[in-house]
Amino acid sequence: MSISLDFQLAKRNASPSASAANSPALDVQGLDVYYGHFKAVKDVTLTFPAQRVTALIGPSGCGKSTVLRCLNRMNDLIPTARVEGEVLMHGQNIYAPQVDPVEVRKRIGMVFQKPNPFPKSIYENIAWGARINGFKGNMDELVEESLRGAALWDEVKDKLKQSAYSLSGGQQQRLCIARAIAVRPEIILMDEPASALDPIATLRIEELMRELVEQYTIIIVTHNMQQAARVADYTAFFMVDDSRTGFLVEYGESDQIFTRPKDKRTEDYITGRFG
Amino acid sequence: MTNDARTLADQIGGEQLFANSPDQQLQRRHHIGRIFEILAITAILIGIVFLIVLLVDVVVNGLSWLRPQLFTEFPSRFPDRAGLRSALFGTAWLLVLTALFAFPVGIGAAIYLEEYSRKNWFTQLIEINIANLAGVPSIIYGLLGLGLFVRQLGLGRSLMAGALTMALLVMPVVIVAGREAIRAVPSSIREAAYGLGATHWQVIWAHVLPMSLGGILTGTILALSRAIGETAPLITIGALTFIAFDPRGPFDIFTVLPIQIFNWISLPQQEFHDLAAAGIVVLLFILLSMNSLAIYLRGRFQQRW
Repeated sequence: MSISLDFQLAKRNASPSASAANSPALDVQGLDVYYGHFKAVKDVTLTFPAQRVTALIGPSGCGKSTVLRCLNRMNDLIPTARVEGEVLMHGQNIYAPQVDPVEVRKRIGMVFQKPNPFPKSIYENIAWGARINGFKGNMDELVEESLRGAALWDEVKDKLKQSAYSLSGGQQQRLCIARAIAVRPEIILMDEPASALDPIATLRIEELMRELVEQYTIIIVTHNMQQAARVADYTAFFMVDDSRTGFLVEYGESDQIFTRPKDKRTEDYITGRFG
Repeated sequence: MTNDARTLADQIGGEQLFANSPDQQLQRRHHIGRIFEILAITAILIGIVFLIVLLVDVVVNGLSWLRPQLFTEFPSRFPDRAGLRSALFGTAWLLVLTALFAFPVGIGAAIYLEEYSRKNWFTQLIEINIANLAGVPSIIYGLLGLGLFVRQLGLGRSLMAGALTMALLVMPVVIVAGREAIRAVPSSIREAAYGLGATHWQVIWAHVLPMSLGGILTGTILALSRAIGETAPLITIGALTFIAFDPRGPFDIFTVLPIQIFNWISLPQQEFHDLAAAGIVVLLFILLSMNSLAIYLRGRFQQRW
């Protein structure tokens, strides 16, 4: 309980500088996403501020995960997926023809819904990403630093050579976060990172997000509104229309979204009237 | 306590809740289940009994001929001096060469079909054809080998021609097994690797191939164990039956175990028939060893994730 209060405190301290002065980490302009002929998401425009946690919330099928996966071109892996519109990072469209999606994913890391460590040792899980990206420094240091960054070091420092599968679900998810930060991304996308975890492990992940946001921009998809209220500085609410196409309803500071929503539909959703 | 129970039974309607003997209709249902079980047991027994009869018969006939000379002697007109040496060497050579050809090409094809190819009518056609090829009678492969490798490429009746023919024969099975193993790699692992900025090749090399290796090896070994029992395609390409020397290289003529066994059985003397039985025991031993290895590998690699 006290931990969650600490979150709130940390967030409020961060909030004043979260004004317009904060530079955008990602700028989404008129994003449409298709799977074959099916339009999954329409006309999403929003700006993710740097070094803040932004949550995407909404009912199932509203396209929040689809939008998230567009932000590091993960949707390119689905053969039928097609993206229109722009996603600007430092003013450059990551969907421009000359941009290599591999480069994009290196700068924008991802943590998935189910913990998915590689079937390798804890050490190797972290070292691999750095190595394929040409890391030449001291690997032991990088591994320690990344594990400390993910608040996992003290629990695993004596068993780095053991299989990552020997860890609990919550530890595996923090290992996946450590693996992501070992590549030194600017932005970390998290797709319902705590939905497969128990409440204690969930709390630790949320705590970790507040720590990471000092250095990274975090964008998280969650179906848990309390979680969004606890960890996110900003919240975007998505909905789905009659043709099952998702769209953005309202976007703003979490305080405002959860206490004074401007849109009736947002209010209905956060007060539990549907979804 | 009993009083209470009786009261309850009385309340229900004065009868016991569960009858002492089940009613006829229920008994009939149990009987049907029992009959079905017996039929299933009979089915499995038919297979096992025939296998045991075969094994016992072969071992009894061949046991006295399972002696060192069987492995050290070349074929001979005299049963006392006849052995499997050249056939064993031929089988070993053929096995290694076939694996050398079939494994890389089969896996390459499997990787292409699973990882690179776009799903269109052309790849569909390839897929259907691979499935069909796996069912083509082996003698057809023998005729292909005879025309292509023995005559066109001028390899003659060499180990090379035999191994290439066998490689074609087992390749469809290797490809199908390889594809299944590659498909079994969870997409979450691929996504994790892509999410770290890995290229397609890095994902395949570091994750997909190591994780599917167990399945690929298992499929390859099972395919090879089918190949060493094959006789028809090798007879077609002219693998000789009377070879009184060890093959020294891939371009030597050769014979293999099943051909040697077939040859002995076709001779009139009883001794040769018993020799053939001993040969069958050796061949079965090799086959079972290979299959056990495949099962062991599958179990070993599965434990890792």
